[in-house]
Amino acid sequence: MNGREINWTALVIVVLLFVVVAVMGFLAAKWRRGTDVEGLHSLDEWGLGGRGFGTWITWFLLGGDLYTAYTFVAVPAAMWATGAVSGFFAVPYTIVLYPIIFIIMSRLWSVSHRHGYVTSADFVGGRYGSRWLSLAVAVTGIVATMPYIALQLVGIKAVLTVLGLGSSGNVLLTDLPLILAFVVLAAYTYTSGLRAPAMIAVVKDLLIYLAVIVAVIYLPIKFGGWDTIFGSAQSKLATVNQATGKPAGVFIPGAANYSAYWSLALGSAMALFMYPHSVTAVLASKARNTIRRNAAILPLYSLMLGFLALLGFVAIQAGTKPIDLDGSVNPQLVVPQLFLDQFPAWFAGIALAAIAIGALVPAAIMSIAAANMFTRNIYRDFIRPDVDARTEAKVSKIVSLVVKVGALVFVIAMDQSAAINMQLLGGIWILQTFPAVVAGLYTRWFDRWALLVGWAVGIIFGTVSAYNVVNPVTKAHFGGSVAPIPGTDISVYIAVSAFALNLVVAAVLTLVLRALKVRTGEDMTRPTDYAADETDPKVVQIEKIQHYTQPGGPSPVA
Amino acid sequence: MSHSDGSGYSQNGEAFPEDSRLTRDTAIRGPARPAPYIGAGILLAAAILFPLLPQLYAFDAPRLGGMPFFYWYQLAWVPVSAILTGSSYWLVTKEDRRRRAEARAGGPPQAGSASARTGLEGDRP
Repeated sequence: MNGREINWTALVIVVLLFVVVAVMGFLAAKWRRGTDVEGLHSLDEWGLGGRGFGTWITWFLLGGDLYTAYTFVAVPAAMWATGAVSGFFAVPYTIVLYPIIFIIMSRLWSVSHRHGYVTSADFVGGRYGSRWLSLAVAVTGIVATMPYIALQLVGIKAVLTVLGLGSSGNVLLTDLPLILAFVVLAAYTYTSGLRAPAMIAVVKDLLIYLAVIVAVIYLPIKFGGWDTIFGSAQSKLATVNQATGKPAGVFIPGAANYSAYWSLALGSAMALFMYPHSVTAVLASKARNTIRRNAAILPLYSLMLGFLALLGFVAIQAGTKPIDLDGSVNPQLVVPQLFLDQFPAWFAGIALAAIAIGALVPAAIMSIAAANMFTRNIYRDFIRPDVDARTEAKVSKIVSLVVKVGALVFVIAMDQSAAINMQLLGGIWILQTFPAVVAGLYTRWFDRWALLVGWAVGIIFGTVSAYNVVNPVTKAHFGGSVAPIPGTDISVYIAVSAFALNLVVAAVLTLVLRALKVRTGEDMTRPTDYAADETDPKVVQIEKIQHYTQPGGPSPVA
Repeated sequence: MSHSDGSGYSQNGEAFPEDSRLTRDTAIRGPARPAPYIGAGILLAAAILFPLLPQLYAFDAPRLGGMPFFYWYQLAWVPVSAILTGSSYWLVTKEDRRRRAEARAGGPPQAGSASARTGLEGDRP
């Protein structure tokens, strides 16, 4: 048993900030509430914060949502352990992300505004008239989100470990602070819905910016400048690993790594806005242009992430020793340990609190998003088609609790690597919903069954490929997310090769089904829906005004 | 937030020509001019393409303040990409406003018209 001393000053600050945030979370229920009696008794109110967040709240919300605690812990950890390919790709990833969402997300906002869609699966159902395709998107979203929530707990755990809480001896005692934090999180998410993470995100993001800016200015001065830091990173990463006979990592990618580097960045960027929690934050904004404005200002977070990644190299120069409770080296402790070693305890406390709170915001949004998907695309579509708005909110609230408990059990009962493997698979799986969602925003050309088969083929191919990647040291499966394209030696992100296969299958099958004259589903959307802004009436309002009904009835999903 | 309960709509109902019956298919924007969209498309394509070509930047030299080219080039792309996206926003939004004004009033944008009220002017990046 490795005796870590509890750092009381840092711990008190972390606990204090956590309490402040928890109080804010409960108070958020009353924030920006209309005077209507509806309260939080609908998905629009509970699950999307009233669909009224402006540019700045959305900026904080999306920033808190996308740049998670796990990102803050895992990206510098990857830089520290293996260097540029598995770590610094996060920078081009979050650069190309914003032009992509600039193009696609305002259309999704518009059609969702017109039809009252709460999830991307709602849209797919309405567009293709297929609740099965909608179910596929929803199940993928929920399954991919669960391990993502679990990884947020891994982020909190890293903070608690370096603070000296817990021991490897008593499992229950070790996880007690984690359970406590999650119970509080679950409670205010239940009562306040999306308003809670939106409000907390402001605090979390300001703390993170403070911590990173101070660290990036102070630490290079302390360690003799970036020259020295990059020098020691270069020599560490060039050290030959005895088990594999290869260098420990990559300092600057060589030609053999180019395809892995760009495909990781592109595939991750395309996948990120397929995750339910990203869509939830977009649909919670009040105007069509809110997300586009955010595409121009969110890169500030990417800059912060880039410097945070470089802290992994700083830790190499600083000689940070990320020793876990059981005495093994755990790269994920690198950044929390670096702050604790190099800064006064009170400032380390602020930085560690920022990471821990950084886990609460995405965990809350993810559980809300997954719950909304269950309520809309499984409960309503398959169990209770006549469900009213009030019941929808009630079901969603309960499911958000179930999702969080599931994630907690995941982290406590199973090995941490199980959560990481599942998250890796989740990224591959979620990208397979891209053709249905994004192609659907522009065209009805694809057939619904062809998309469903393409999705299934992509998921099977991606899962098998990921399983076949073997870690050269531990010989374990799911050893990484990069594999050669079958029949070549070009290594790419598995999600991207699976996506390409998915697209080809969907296109070919569409042509076949069209030749066979298979019936296509009814499209509930109109071309004008995709350009609607916040001043345009919703479909229900048009129908009320004009007593105008479409053949097929007003249900958003056929 | 007046629009979310539908009351916002009836206030600017007169923005639609009176003789047109409002249906789901009522045009909400006039015809597009291609130039702004092509321009924005080029800017966005550049912002996606250049950070994804390691062939262009996977080098050590020249260093900047001790930082290898590979690292500072990518960090420098963050603000560049933000400027490109911001410029695209400006191009697309200007055209979008013109098209909406054309569809709603059948004329040039008016002060206090629906899209101006949402604060697009003030928040332009």
